[in-house]
Amino acid sequence: MTIVKVDHLTRFFDVSKPWLNRVTERLPKRILTAVSDVSFEIEERSVYALVGESGSGKSTIGKMVVGLLNPSEGHIKIENVNLFEETDPQIIEQIRANIQMIFQDPFASLNPRWRVRDVIAEPVAARGGEVKGLAEKLLEQVGLSAADAKKFPHEFSGGQRQRICVARALASGPKLIVCDEPTSALDVSVQAQVLNLMNDLRDEFGLTYLFISHDLTVVQHMADRIGVLYLGRLVEEATPADLFENPLHPYTQMLLEAAPKIDGFGRDLEPPQGEIPDPINPPSGCAYHPRCPLATAQCKSERPELLQTKEKTRRVACFKAEPLSA
Amino acid sequence: MNSPPLLSVRNLVVEIPTRHGVVRPVDQVSFEIQAGEILGVVGESGAGKSMTGNAIIGLLDRPARIVSGEIFLNGDRIDHLPLAAMRKRRGKDIGMVFQDPLTSLNPLLPLGHQLTETILAHLPVSVIEAKKRAIAALEEVGIPAAAERIGAYPHEFSGGMRQRVVIALALSAEPSLVIADEPTTALDVSVQAQITSLLKRLCRERGTGVMLVTHDMGVISETADRVAVMYAGRLVELGSVRQVLTSPCHPYTSGLMGSTPLASKGQKRLHQIPGMMPRLGNLPTGCAFSPRCTYAQDKCHQDLELQLDTCDGRAACWFPIGEQEA
Amino acid sequence: MTDITQHELTNQPSRLKIIWQSDFGYTFRKSPVAVFSCIIVLILVMSAVLAPLIAPHNPFDPGTLNLLNGFTPPLTPNAFTGEEFFLGTDDQGRDIFSTILYGMRVSLFVGFSAVLLAMILGIILGLIAGYVGGWIETFIMRVADVQLTFPSILVAMLIFGIAKGFTPVEYRDQMAIWVLILAIGLSDWVQFARVVRGATLVEKNKEYVQAARLIGRSGAAIMLRHILPNVMSPVLVIATISLALAIIAEATLSFLGVGAPPTQPSLGTLIRIGQGFLFSGEWWILLFPSITLLSLALSVNLFGDWLRDALNPRLR
Repeated sequence: MTIVKVDHLTRFFDVSKPWLNRVTERLPKRILTAVSDVSFEIEERSVYALVGESGSGKSTIGKMVVGLLNPSEGHIKIENVNLFEETDPQIIEQIRANIQMIFQDPFASLNPRWRVRDVIAEPVAARGGEVKGLAEKLLEQVGLSAADAKKFPHEFSGGQRQRICVARALASGPKLIVCDEPTSALDVSVQAQVLNLMNDLRDEFGLTYLFISHDLTVVQHMADRIGVLYLGRLVEEATPADLFENPLHPYTQMLLEAAPKIDGFGRDLEPPQGEIPDPINPPSGCAYHPRCPLATAQCKSERPELLQTKEKTRRVACFKAEPLSA
Repeated sequence: MNSPPLLSVRNLVVEIPTRHGVVRPVDQVSFEIQAGEILGVVGESGAGKSMTGNAIIGLLDRPARIVSGEIFLNGDRIDHLPLAAMRKRRGKDIGMVFQDPLTSLNPLLPLGHQLTETILAHLPVSVIEAKKRAIAALEEVGIPAAAERIGAYPHEFSGGMRQRVVIALALSAEPSLVIADEPTTALDVSVQAQITSLLKRLCRERGTGVMLVTHDMGVISETADRVAVMYAGRLVELGSVRQVLTSPCHPYTSGLMGSTPLASKGQKRLHQIPGMMPRLGNLPTGCAFSPRCTYAQDKCHQDLELQLDTCDGRAACWFPIGEQEA
Repeated sequence: MTDITQHELTNQPSRLKIIWQSDFGYTFRKSPVAVFSCIIVLILVMSAVLAPLIAPHNPFDPGTLNLLNGFTPPLTPNAFTGEEFFLGTDDQGRDIFSTILYGMRVSLFVGFSAVLLAMILGIILGLIAGYVGGWIETFIMRVADVQLTFPSILVAMLIFGIAKGFTPVEYRDQMAIWVLILAIGLSDWVQFARVVRGATLVEKNKEYVQAARLIGRSGAAIMLRHILPNVMSPVLVIATISLALAIIAEATLSFLGVGAPPTQPSLGTLIRIGQGFLFSGEWWILLFPSITLLSLALSVNLFGDWLRDALNPRLR
């Protein structure tokens, strides 16, 4: 069963200077394309990961999936409902209760003036549900104690706060949780605890995760399916095994090569060339062509589509990659 | 045979008086760095790794202060130098690269100005010569069209380029030691690879010693020659990167390695270190890691001084892994 | 819900102790200026509140006044009646000490009420401007900018004049105090709105606000329940400093004769009355109300300064 269907999703941001400055300084409008024509599907009870470097649009996609941002073009369907077009408030309410989010910064994502009990119960309280004992139960499920419910967020460490965020996300009994870099602010040993917790909860509650991260190793550990983003475009999609053993897109290859290896003692790698281009003026054709060792004239003029490979198990957007099914 | 070490830190203790009592973020830390060697310092937040670097360069924020121990650079004692003398050494003998490249450059001054100023302050050269050297330094760190961009301001550069400039700045006065505090943490994977290989190349060519502070085991593995592992202000293990990472002696190092998703290929659950890092004001007696350690025995909880003397002088542990059977 | 309130109730006695032992309490204890100014403020406020109990005379009960007591210097027995007054008397034989206590009541009441009005107005407009944004924000903040270009005392006089024009003559004296509060409050909301808007802009991008939006909380609920508690500390600082300014503004208006009526004199009114006698040698009628006003405004201001430092270490 597909729980999330993202179809030709595009998002622009207007980053122009104010109107008056534009007129007086004769500046053109500046439109930043954060996400460009991205399509993917997430199976129920699976972990779909989006990886990419800064500016790849991964967080923007996450925000659109949970409904914090409107898509500029394309649409997102969650359990076959398009939240931005649906008019029946009951259905909207029901779908919203099924989506939750875990944020990157455990210090900013909890209201510092609220007791933990109220923070965790808010998703339910906001809908007028019964909250008695709920926070205590959830706290114990995420490995904290029920007595913590009356404390304030500042009394907890980063890892514990992230556990509280997980508890809040679970409160409304969601099916889908979007995790935006949930462990990148945490230390390694704490990260291990949180990742393990998320894995346990997934089995226990039958959750689906959209896991957004820049950390390839975390993604490899967590995901069932990985989408690699570059400059707002999905360039490759495959299972972790396929992706890490045999990356097809030159960008994925570069990314995997550049990632530090724990057993790469004194490895002298050829450092990757170039930098991520300006998303306001992206390169023509394939966005990766200025840095790509395989680039041809076609790559400069034409944007490759994300197509399935012969085995039908993975997709890649590259003219030079392995033979594609038409 | 053994040349005298470039940097030698002996029994360094840093204390911060707080109103709840005196805490020791750095406690009895001793290590050496040879010329041309990269020493990685790893540990989680609060382990005292940055504080150690700041103590060496004399940049401790009050009220933190060095209470005992000795720091020698090229055989000269530098821990209790008067402010003016230390300022001269900083930059000339010790270069510093910080985590955030944006805040370590003055946003209001052109890069060239900042570079030539540093060179003029520390080397006996003319202004024209200093400018030449500044351009050469920028070229060396891989800034394209250095001669033209010397008048540019920091905001005109990308994050990776800025960090290159910071490295150029740190190396401009040709110091014998560079302290790099999380130099790649704020950068993307592909840029991180560029920066670490740059750092490695420059140090190899010039014979500069580097103290590389980071929390990323992968970066340590690829960049450092030796590694020092810190926990709660103390050095728990110090040895060659290959030895420490492949067969860790101290249970904390082993736990840390196990919890990186890097090292746990294929495992569903990551190794978890039970509990959390104690607060500095509230350290357990004896070995600071003992309450979380699965190998801990009575001796570990007693108030005995631990030395780096087990496991061929690698680990500060009464019952190191590998010597269990014996 | 009952759970929480019960918990808060049982915690009530130890609240003060918790604050006293917190870092905040610690910096307070370690700052002589803060402790000193706080004590002065407390003494002045308490004596104003308890004026009917403390004051040796009721200066507004004509029956107790004896015109023979007029112009008695401080701590000297009156030549006719032999009565002695701590701070002397004015032309009508009113005890200066008592008039000061009663005057301070008026001053503090007007000050507190005006700041409260400005605060409520500023918080609401600032929250809306910061959270909603768009043309509403532009409109609110431009109005604020325009108002800032006029000296606030001028704005207050303008409002005072207009309001007075609308009040029937027979109610003017009764209404004067309320008009004064309205005038000072309306002239003072701008800085609250600016600070609240700035803090709201920061807070609204924090992830806890996004989490609340995600849940489907309404804008009003997010503003009041999530953002407001987190923007209160700068508001408290400004409120304290504004209190000093409001007291001075009230005194200025009253001194100019457009404020508190002589039937309900505030410190400003007393100073205005007193300055008429300065050159005829009755200095005490002017001096003591002035000193009271000075120490009240100064200690509130010093306390506010310390509060700003304590709540925002970056400004130190």
